[in-house]
Amino acid sequence: MATMTIAKAINEGLRASLNSNPKSLLMGEDIGHLGGVYRVTDGLIKEFGDERVVDTPLAESGIVGTAIGLALRGYSPVCEIQFDGFVFPAFNQITTQLAKIHSRSLGKLSVPVVIRIPYGGGIGSIEHHSESPEALFAHTAGLRIISPSNAHDAYWMIQKAIECQDPVIFFEPKRRYWLKGEVDVQNPGLSEDPFKAHVVREGTDATIVAYGPLVPVALAAANAATEDGRSIEVIDLRSISPLDFDTVEASVKKTGRLIVAHEAPTFGGIGGEIAARISERAFLHLEAPVIRVGGFHMPYPVAKVEEDYLPDIDKILEALDRSLAY
Amino acid sequence: MGSTQLPPGTEETLAATSAAAAAPGEPVEMVQLLGPDGKLGSDPVFSDYAKRIDPEKLRVFYADMARIRRFDQEATALQRQGELALWVPLTGQEAAQIGSGHASQPQDYIFPTYREHGVALVRNVDLAELLKQFRGVSNGGWDPRENNFHLYTLVLAAQTLHAVGYAMGIQRDQKLAAATDSNDPKAAVIAYFGDGASSEGDVHESMVFAASYEAPVVFFCQNNHWAISVPTEVQTKVPLANRAKGYGFPGIRVDGNDVIAVHAVTEWALEHAREGRGPVLIEAYTYRVGAHTTADDPTKYRESAEEAAWREKDPLDRLEKYLRAEGLADEAFFEQVKADGDELATYVRSTTHGLEVPDIREAFANVYAEQHPLIAEELAWFEEYSAGFESDEEAAN
Repeated sequence: MATMTIAKAINEGLRASLNSNPKSLLMGEDIGHLGGVYRVTDGLIKEFGDERVVDTPLAESGIVGTAIGLALRGYSPVCEIQFDGFVFPAFNQITTQLAKIHSRSLGKLSVPVVIRIPYGGGIGSIEHHSESPEALFAHTAGLRIISPSNAHDAYWMIQKAIECQDPVIFFEPKRRYWLKGEVDVQNPGLSEDPFKAHVVREGTDATIVAYGPLVPVALAAANAATEDGRSIEVIDLRSISPLDFDTVEASVKKTGRLIVAHEAPTFGGIGGEIAARISERAFLHLEAPVIRVGGFHMPYPVAKVEEDYLPDIDKILEALDRSLAY
Repeated sequence: MGSTQLPPGTEETLAATSAAAAAPGEPVEMVQLLGPDGKLGSDPVFSDYAKRIDPEKLRVFYADMARIRRFDQEATALQRQGELALWVPLTGQEAAQIGSGHASQPQDYIFPTYREHGVALVRNVDLAELLKQFRGVSNGGWDPRENNFHLYTLVLAAQTLHAVGYAMGIQRDQKLAAATDSNDPKAAVIAYFGDGASSEGDVHESMVFAASYEAPVVFFCQNNHWAISVPTEVQTKVPLANRAKGYGFPGIRVDGNDVIAVHAVTEWALEHAREGRGPVLIEAYTYRVGAHTTADDPTKYRESAEEAAWREKDPLDRLEKYLRAEGLADEAFFEQVKADGDELATYVRSTTHGLEVPDIREAFANVYAEQHPLIAEELAWFEEYSAGFESDEEAAN
């Protein structure tokens, strides 16, 4: 066991993959000598050289497009997009090419590219640095989308993403980069499968589903609810596509109530998808409608008002109250 | 050309005489060896490359150009008869494709756009497989690894970045091969695109990446003068070959209707790339004689006189003149070429009729390489739904 931050855990996970897979390489803006703007790749260029830790020109479509070419030649590239809001120049390459090449070739070609994206708000930053675009990618078949919420998962999930033969978008909860946790570098344990949800707190009265940066918030809300005598279950989704509906369904069949929380706007978001699927799978077990807690239908607001935008403990508790009042 | 190294003497000669030299905005020189009159000229750099083409190879060039033109006619007819959803004709661009295709080696990897039927022929892709995409039974059809000929990419210029990434992979493989004394032949990549796609940002980014890493890639731009209805002048105010100067690698405009010059220039460029001297941009100056696709109507946007003027520069006519004048091919040869073309057309027609409509289960099977629960769930639903119809039919019987 070792204690480390999420940023360090991803760094160690990348190092482990670079060591075990000679065809893996990292590419992105400022990831070499600077070690990335969040230092997630710190020190790796010294260890593996500039052929495997590649400082690229400043061009996101170029990063993902050339990564696809490298994958077609048998490499396993891991791209870093510097911030969530800067992924869109690469949106075409990700959705029309990366996601579709396996299907287009009837399975003859695989493009095992990983795209790391620091995402989410709460860091007091300027425009384009606080977004949560995961639903835009989840809507595209052919991609896998995962997001760790703790250091142990971060260490193992990045390695599992690199091993996966499908393209994986790896959303990193940037405001939790400095969150420390215990990492077992010998044994992945439950982190073995990055596409399964985890019940991180058991309860009987209602279920809160969250992922990435909101998992600690959901846990805090669940703890606060105990003061009112409520027993709340919390699920860390971990994977957004595929989405582990079985785990959510089992929990809802136990608790009868479901709250889904994410930073992304609720309209057209993952919460709506979960609500629809769970209403199909567990309609007669639901004691209340599924309630979503998420961003408003607006561009991510300026930093000085982001507290009003972001889901927090109180907003989740308010949703719980509404659910439990049915 | 910055730090780019050319073969000894080539840089000076190119700078003094050839197409890479013109400053942006200036008229660019065009490498031409075989003129529309069928007479062979000379070029200080590329005549040496043209001399490598023996008479037998010239006859192959002609035969391939004639066969792919015949194929193009047949595919157009198949579309008109409702057998294909769409066809993308190449007529007029045979020399650009057959010449460049023959300059590639088997170990080179080709990234086509969606009109490179001539290159596909040279790379031994089964042309009936190629029609699957246009019949609506596949989005690909052939195995790209068999002939190192990638699937057609329909989103313009996306493949130019894939080409550069692939070339970056070759660079890494070659370093590994050097370390292990491997005898694998050196390889390069060709990225095909057109004058319209040259405006896409991915072309710019691919050239930036290729230049930065000196990737072994040849950018082969067929300037066929029309991006559907928009002329080249709307895409660029300078000759496209001149753009290479801005990236710091050689750019050459070649007469795209001159199969000898295209072959010579492409062979030079591929050697340049394979030897680690970095990328090259070739602008093959040619003309799309027909429509953009069978859904297009060129009479809406261009004069027939322009088409007629380009027909005078036809790539097949000029090589036929040369072969006849030099006594390199007789009447029997041309008759055989025609017969081979008809045979190909018959093959393609009969095979197209027989192309199997796939089962949608094939689509389910190939969304992901690894197991995916949503795919499994939706497939299971579809199976149950389909089975319902079957039991209804049984009941009705």
